[in-house]
Order: sequence, then structure tokens, then C-alpha cells
Amino acid sequence: MSSIAKPPVFHPSARTNALGLRLRDYEGGMSTLCAGCGHDSVTAALIQAAWELSISPEIAAKMSGIGCSAKTTAYFMKQSHGFNSVHGRMPSVTTGAAAANRQLVCIGISGDGDSLSIGLGQMCHAVRRNVNMLYVLENNGVYGLTKGQFSASADIGSTSRKGVPNQMAPIDPVLLALSLGATFVARSFSGDKQQLVPILKAGITHRGLALVDVISPCVTFNNHEGSTKSYAHTRTHEVEAVATDFVPLKHAIDIAPSNGAVIDVSMHDGSLLRLRPATAGYDPTDRAAAYAHVRACQARGEIATGLLFVDEGSSQEMCDELKLPAEPLHDLPFERLCPGSRALDELMERYR
Amino acid sequence: MPLSPVSRWLDVAVTDVSNPDYYHKVVDCQWACPAHTDVPGYLRLIALGRYDDAYMLNRESNVFPGILGRTCDRPCEPACRRGRLDEKPVAICRLKRVAADRRGDITDRLPTGAAEKNGKRIACVGAGPASLTVANDLLPLGYDVTIFEQTPKPGGLMRFNIPAFRLPVQVLDEECDYVIRMGAEMRYDTPITSMKGLLDEGYDAVFVGSGAPKGKELNLPGRWDAPDQVHIGIEWLANIHFGHVTRLEPRVLIIGVGNTAMDCCRSAKRLGATDVKVVARRGRQHFKASQWELEDAEEEQIEIIENHQPSRFVVEDGRLTGLEFDVLEWTEDESGRQRSTVLRKEIIPTDAVILAIGQDNAFPWIERDIGIAFGEWEMPVVDRETFQSTREGVFFGGDAAWGPENIIWAVAHGHQAAISIHAYCEGRDVAERPPRGMTLSSVKMGMQSWAYDNDYETAKRQKMTHEDLTTRFADIGIEVELGFTPEQAAREVRRCLNCDIQTHFTAPLCIECDACVDVCPTRCLTITPYVSPIDELRQLLSAPALNLDQEVYVSHALPQTRRVMVKDEDVCVHCGLCAERCPTAAWDMMLFDLKLPYAGQEMAIR
Ligand SMILES: Cc1cc2nc3c(=O)[nH]c(=O)nc-3n(C[C@H](O)[C@H](O)[C@H](O)COP(=O)(O)OP(=O)(O)OC[C@H]3O[C@@H](n4cnc5c(N)ncnc54)[C@H](O)[C@@H]3O)c2cc1C
Ligand SMILES: Cc1ncc(C[n+]2csc(CCOP(=O)(O)OP(=O)(O)O)c2C)c(N)n1
Ligand code: SF4
Ligand code: SF4
Ligand code: SF4
Ligand SMILES: [Mg+2]
Repeated sequence: MSSIAKPPVFHPSARTNALGLRLRDYEGGMSTLCAGCGHDSVTAALIQAAWELSISPEIAAKMSGIGCSAKTTAYFMKQSHGFNSVHGRMPSVTTGAAAANRQLVCIGISGDGDSLSIGLGQMCHAVRRNVNMLYVLENNGVYGLTKGQFSASADIGSTSRKGVPNQMAPIDPVLLALSLGATFVARSFSGDKQQLVPILKAGITHRGLALVDVISPCVTFNNHEGSTKSYAHTRTHEVEAVATDFVPLKHAIDIAPSNGAVIDVSMHDGSLLRLRPATAGYDPTDRAAAYAHVRACQARGEIATGLLFVDEGSSQEMCDELKLPAEPLHDLPFERLCPGSRALDELMERYR
Repeated sequence: MPLSPVSRWLDVAVTDVSNPDYYHKVVDCQWACPAHTDVPGYLRLIALGRYDDAYMLNRESNVFPGILGRTCDRPCEPACRRGRLDEKPVAICRLKRVAADRRGDITDRLPTGAAEKNGKRIACVGAGPASLTVANDLLPLGYDVTIFEQTPKPGGLMRFNIPAFRLPVQVLDEECDYVIRMGAEMRYDTPITSMKGLLDEGYDAVFVGSGAPKGKELNLPGRWDAPDQVHIGIEWLANIHFGHVTRLEPRVLIIGVGNTAMDCCRSAKRLGATDVKVVARRGRQHFKASQWELEDAEEEQIEIIENHQPSRFVVEDGRLTGLEFDVLEWTEDESGRQRSTVLRKEIIPTDAVILAIGQDNAFPWIERDIGIAFGEWEMPVVDRETFQSTREGVFFGGDAAWGPENIIWAVAHGHQAAISIHAYCEGRDVAERPPRGMTLSSVKMGMQSWAYDNDYETAKRQKMTHEDLTTRFADIGIEVELGFTPEQAAREVRRCLNCDIQTHFTAPLCIECDACVDVCPTRCLTITPYVSPIDELRQLLSAPALNLDQEVYVSHALPQTRRVMVKDEDVCVHCGLCAERCPTAAWDMMLFDLKLPYAGQEMAIR
């Protein structure tokens, strides 16, 4: 909570994007999360990404379940659509929204509790279906909203605030998504916007489900010594596998040349991802290699970050697969949306 | 700004906020004010309805809040932070008047002359604001202060040049009296005609606050052919004050477009002139008069004519009938210099001409062989810090020191000269200036609760209501500005951004969560790897820090990443959200109180 609303004043040199909007036009209400919560930095990164991509607020849908993480949707793009579903049900509600209106930019926000416990099945099937959405998992190792119980992402040996160590093996959403055929898998850190913002932009642009696991420390219940999801631990154990530059459509590629190899990935809308692996030989388009890399890091107690795997184009997103029309269902003329009993009779006839 | 060479952890040029100048500069108005009045402090007191306290806080630094609340040149306002974010700055000056107008009886809170004298005698020449300030500061310390004034009353130009429709006489009388009643010995109608003679009277120190009393001449053909119809502005205004001039012919030309010209043209309107024109040599952007004075004159239907240079007084049969002008066109040459060409000649008919083209100093009464050196333009050589002339024990201040300025500068000079005189009389080195000090105290009252109102007031600058256009001309003593209503004052004080409530950073506490950076409405904050020089760092911030007049704060290296916290002070609105969102109180909001040295209080600081 803060005592006042953000003053409606702007930096005199505040720039506008292609839609004539300022960065602050992408803000939402004032956060009621704890001061210093990682989730608020994710919010700031989302605002930055949406502004830079010049997303029209009215075509964005912010979807979430329950948790501190789920409150994030209230804090950005106040003019956009939003849906707070039941705990863990964000993926299915988003699946419906994405099917009903293919023009929506679906931004799903979830937590490690929301996605890896009650909503684990939901998440798995959304990944399998390759729903066209950005799936941000704000991962803090605890159920923040219900006062800090271990979540399914807590590492073995990571201690609670009172010093009790977690005994159960963690679920790593990145490994899970890779094994389920996800077409875009990344991990980042709320405290590193330089890494996070381009990943979010790439994820929004990706055609299909883009899973971004963001380590987002809970300052209140999981930022102590002994926690493996604290600011300090993440900073000292993070190993970036791939750096991402996002080059929007119609922009000259004016990125600083790097010494190592560069992998360019063309996005379906004409923009470009320029990926710079930290270690020579890492190939972010090779699923098996990505899986192995994350496992190897895990074994060393390191946190693999960056855009770890991307497959743009070889697979289809859900609506393509289902051959849904390009226009939103609400724009279809009634006759097409509901062809009538004669059409139904004809269909039934085919199965006789 | 002060930078300490090496951070505790890294080779970082860390901003030294223990130097009072750093936070002082953040308080833009207070920094710009020659007397460094605590503006946000008194605005908050007004907001609380504590007018007496607001008045007393003002008086401490500027001595004449009621006078200045109407007449100050207000260098604070163009400097005001609000002006960089909103269209217009806070109406600081007119709020000073609110404090003065609404105060109760504060006489028992005024400083008093010392019961016990220290045996030192000081002479002041002239009873303008400079001398009165010297007396104000020295009387409580036990000095005998004698003020010699050639006219019958105190106040200097504030009395006989600033017209009563801008400054009512009772306001002036009252605030001069607050000083005089402390025990100044007033010698009215006593012009000093010889400095030598004055020095021979054995004073321990002499302060010259005699102003810049001579209006500039315009010696063109015909100037002396009808002398009764041509007046020097400041003399003419004084003649109005003393009742020597009561009526004017219908047509009047004012030459010059500074603040004196504005007072002349508006006074002319009140003495029966109907056709009043102010004529300027150059275009509007070069006018010396303050914007608000120009607006007030134009509201009174005074015509302002640009690009006319007087060339001849037209006199027929011993009567002035007009003034001839070269009509100019200004162009800029390659080097950026303005050049004029004469387009044609033009005669503007008139019944009177008033010359308002500047003032000179004149010291015919100071002998040139008594150790007081005079330099260029017959001006005394005066030290900029000590205000001492080349003769020990003789000090200058106000307009007498370096030419015409304004009241608030005269006051600022008076305070400094008093410090010097006190040091001199105690046998200390006058060149050793007492330092400024400060206190910082947290304004945190609890979680997200502050001892100041941090919410942002969106109201626009309040408009001053003016006396009706027909009523105001009935008498020259009718004050034009009516002052703010209580509602207007309440709204206007809330426009202040509380720049003295400083964002204060403690690097070792920061966990680099970015909350402050993210919440800042004006993108003042950045956490970045340290880069030097500072100009390069300025470019790398959340919003590039392009206003080089404003400081950039650089912290010690942060514990987790060794990056630094950088704050561009330029457009911080002091909303306190950074401190509210900081989980560790690495950012705190602290009230900065500047401790200015005054005579006799030098040691209290630090
Ligand atoms: C028309 C006009 C309008 C102005 N309006 C404003 C305004 O709105 N706001 C503002 O801030 N400033 C204004 N000023 C400027 C301001 O009045 C002066 O800068 C200020 O009064 C200077 O103060 P001072 O104490 O140095 O001298 P002064 O105010 O000039 O006082 C000097 C005093 O010394 C006396 N004196 C001079 N010589 C002798 C002598 N030999 N013996 C004895 N006594 C002597 C004079 O009679 C006078 O009383 C205005 C000036 C003019 C001319
Ligand atoms: C059906 C249901 N079961 C349980 C809860 C209680 N509950 C609320 S939030 C939450 C966990 C949230 O954890 P996470 O998704 O990690 O979000 P965080 O608060 O950590 O950001 C739980 C179990 C609920 N609201 N609804
Ligand atoms: S409890 Fe934890 S997750 Fe929830 S708002 Fe506070 S810091 Fe964030
Ligand atoms: S007080 Fe803090 S949050 Fe508010 S404008 Fe200043 S730096 Fe930004
Ligand atoms: S909010 Fe506080 S702890 Fe977080 S980055 Fe800012 S100063 Fe550091
Ligand atoms: Mg959680």
C-alpha cells in the first residue's frame, strides 16, 4: 500500500510510442503488495514491454488466478480487459478467451502456487495446446498471499523464515514446459529488467504459448538467508545462458556486435530475435540441449536464466490447429456463427 | 556539487550530502532567494493556519514580509520546481503577503534591543532596507545604531518611489517601525554631506546604505528647451510621493521599459493622464520590466511601443509638443549580435516626457582622499563577501554597493554586512565567513505516514484579483492587488512540492529490489553500474538528466551488485513514494533545515 496515488505529473521529456501514448499511460492502479515485492518489478517490466511494443490497451486481456501474483493484473494497463479467475484456473479461462477472439493479446499472470499446485494440470494442458499467450509465472517459492507456506517450486533444503528446511523435490516449470512441448521457454529475474523486458516482448510477439518463469522474491516471507529465492541468492546463483535482443519490425538491426555466435530468429510478425548464447555451442532452438543445460545448472545449484528455448514456426498455436476463423467470434455474422438446424442435420447425416 | 573522492567499496565519486549546499540547492526557491528564505517551511505554516509563525519565519531572513509580499522581485518564482512540471510556479510572493495580512499581533515575538549595551557605536547612512536590516541584526547584540536619513521618513525608495497603489503606506510604516523601535537612533532630515566629517565622529563602524539615487539623463537636442515638461522618473515618482506633483497633462510618453517605467506609467494614469505610452528601443523579449508588471500596465490600457529610439525633443514656442524617434529594425549578424537600422523618423505628440532609463550611483559626499577607493564608473570598490570598502570599518550594501538591485538583495547585503561589522568590532577577521549549517530529521510518523502532506495538488496557479478598473484610479493610494482569498491561499500553498523534505539514501540498507525506481512518477531514480564522468552517467539514467543546473546524486556502491543508486534532482516531486515503497527504509524522507549564520549567531551553527 502507499498513502497516495501516483502524482499525475510526467517527466518533461517523456516520450510517446507509435500510438502517441506515454509509458505511464500503460500503468494501472497503485500496488497493494508489500513494499519491495518482486511482483511489482515484473509489473514495471510488463508496462515497459507493452509500451515499447505499442500494444493498443483495448486489445490486451490480462488474466490471472489467485495469489499476490494474481493481483499484478490490476497494476498495469488499466484500460485493458481483465479476468481474475478461481485459484489455478487462469490457463483454462485464457484458453477460452484466446479461442473466442484471436486478435486479443493474452497476458496470463500466475504464481508458483497457482500454477504448480492447484493449477498444475491447467498449466500443462495450456502448454500442450500451445495457446497463443504470454504465460508469466511469478515464482517466489512460497504462497505469499496465505503467509508464506512452501510452494511446489521450493528447493530441497531451502528454509522457511523460521528456519525449517523444505524436504520435497521441487517442480521446475521450465523443465516441465520443455518436456510438454512448449514452444517458448524462458527464465528471468524481477531484479534484472535488462534481461526481463526483451524476453517479455519476445514472449508477447511469439505465436503460441510463451512461458516465462520469473524469479520474483517475496520480501516478506522468503527473502531471508537460507532461502533460495531471495534477491541475494538469485543474484549470486543466476547464470544467463542466452542474452536476448528484440528488434521490432521495420527497425534497422543496430545491436552491438558480440564476440560469440549469434542466432537470429524471425518472428511471425516480421520482428527479429537476436540471441547471444553466453557459452559457445548453446543452441536455444535445440529442446534436448536446453533441457540438459537446465538440469546441469540445477545439479550445480545454479539458476539457468535467459530465453532458453524457442521454436517459432514449426508448430501451430491452438487456434490454427482448430482452424478457427481469423476474426473474433463476436464479429462473425450470425449465420456463420450459428449455421442453423439444417446445417446440423447435414452434419449428423455424415455420421450415419 | 561536493563529491567525496572514494566510496567505501568502490572507486565511486559519491555525493557528499553532509555539505549543506547539496540539499539547499534542491530547495530551488530557497537557493534562488538572496536572503534564502525558508519558503516551503512558511507555506506549510500557512496551510496549518499558523500565520504568525509563517510571518516570523519569513522575518528571520527577509525582515520585511509584508512589504516583500507585495513588491519582491521574486527570483524564487522562476526557480520554483513546480514551474518545471506545471505551467506556472507557486505564487510564493503573494503567499508571503497572506502570512503578513493574516497575522495577529506578533509584536511581543519581535527581537528587542539589548538591555545591556556593548559600547560600540555604528553609523548607517540612509534609512532604506539595507540600513534597516543592519540595524535589525545589530541592535539585539547591544550596538548603538544611528541612522542618518536625508528625508523625513524611513524606507528609502520603498517609500518615495514604489507607488502606494502597490505598497500601502501603513504596511511600510509598520515594518520599518519594528526595526526602529528596537532602539535605532533616527536622524531624519539629516543628509550626510561629508564622509570625513562622519568618520571624525568616532563611530566604530560605518555602513553606507544610501542607495543609487540618481536617474539617468537623456541629453538629446531640445532636452533643455522646455525643462518643465521633461521629468526624471525616480525624481518624478518621489515628487508625487511628497505631494509636489498632483496632476498631469493628458498625453504622456515614458521612455524606457524597466520596472521604474511601469511605476511611472501607472502613476501617470492616476494623475489624470489619459493617453499614456511607454516607448522601448528594442523588442518585447528584451524588456527589463518583470512580466507581471507589464501585464498589470497593459491591463490599465497603457500602450507599449517597441523599436523606437528617441532622437529629438520637439519644442514649439517654448512648449514641448512631441518627441521625435528613429523607428528601428533589429537584425542579428553572424556573430549573434543585434544590429539596428533606421527605417524612418516618427514624431509622437505629447505634453510630457518621463525618462525611466536607469539609475546611477552618486557619492559626491564621499571624499576621495580618505582611503575609500573608487573604481570604474565612480563606484566604490567593495568586497563581494565582506561588503567592506578599501577602508577598514566602512561597509557598503544595498544599491549603494554595486548599483540598483532590489529590496531582497538590499536585505541580504544588510545581513552579511552586519556579520562583518560584528566581526570587525570584535576584532575578528571579516574575511572569515561563518559557515552555513543544516539539520536533517526524519518526517516518518509510521508506515506510509508522514509529517507532511505528500499528495499532489493538481490545481493551477491561483489568479490574483485586482481592484476594479474604474475604482482603482480614484486615488493613487488604492491598492490594486486584493490579495488571495482564504480558499485561494489554501489551494496555492498545496501546490508547493515541499522540496525541503529531502529524499535521503542509505546505501548499505538497499537490497536492489527496484521498487523505488519503478514507483517514481517522474523517473528520477536509476540503479546502474557506476560510470564516470558524471556527464556520461547523466545520459544513462531512466530519463536522461539533461538539466545541467540541477544536481545528480550518486550513492556509495550497493551491497549486492556494487552498482550505484543515482537520483536526478531535476523533477523530483518529493512525493515520498520511493520511501513508501522501499522495504528497508534505504530511502527516507528527511526535513532539511538550513541554518543561516546571522550576526551574533555565527557560533550556534554546527
Ligand atoms: C521606481 C522604482 C520601483 C521599484 N520597485 C521595486 C519593487 O517593486 N521591488 C523591489 O524589490 N525593488 C524595487 N525597486 C528597487 C528598490 O527600491 C531598491 O533596490 C531598494 O530600495 C534599495 O535599498 P537601499 O537600502 O540600498 O537604498 P534606498 O532604498 O535607495 O535607500 C537609500 C536611503 O538613503 C537616503 N540617502 C541617500 N543619500 C544620503 C545621504 N547622503 N545622507 C542621508 N541619507 C541619504 C535616501 O534618502 C534613502 O532613504 C524599485 C526602484 C525604483 C526606482
Ligand atoms: C480453491 C482455493 N484454494 C486455496 C486458496 C488459498 N490460496 C490463496 S493464494 C494461494 C497460493 C498463492 O500462491 P502463489 O500462486 O505462489 O502466489 P503468491 O502469493 O506467492 O504470489 C492459496 C493456496 C484459494 N484462494 N482458493
Ligand atoms: S506477501 Fe510476498 S508475494 Fe505477497 S505481496 Fe508481500 S512480498 Fe509480495
Ligand atoms: S520523492 Fe521519490 S518517488 Fe517521489 S518524485 Fe522524488 S524520487 Fe520520485
Ligand atoms: S526500494 Fe529501497 S531497497 Fe528497493 S531498490 Fe529502492 S532503495 Fe533499494
Ligand atoms: Mg508464490
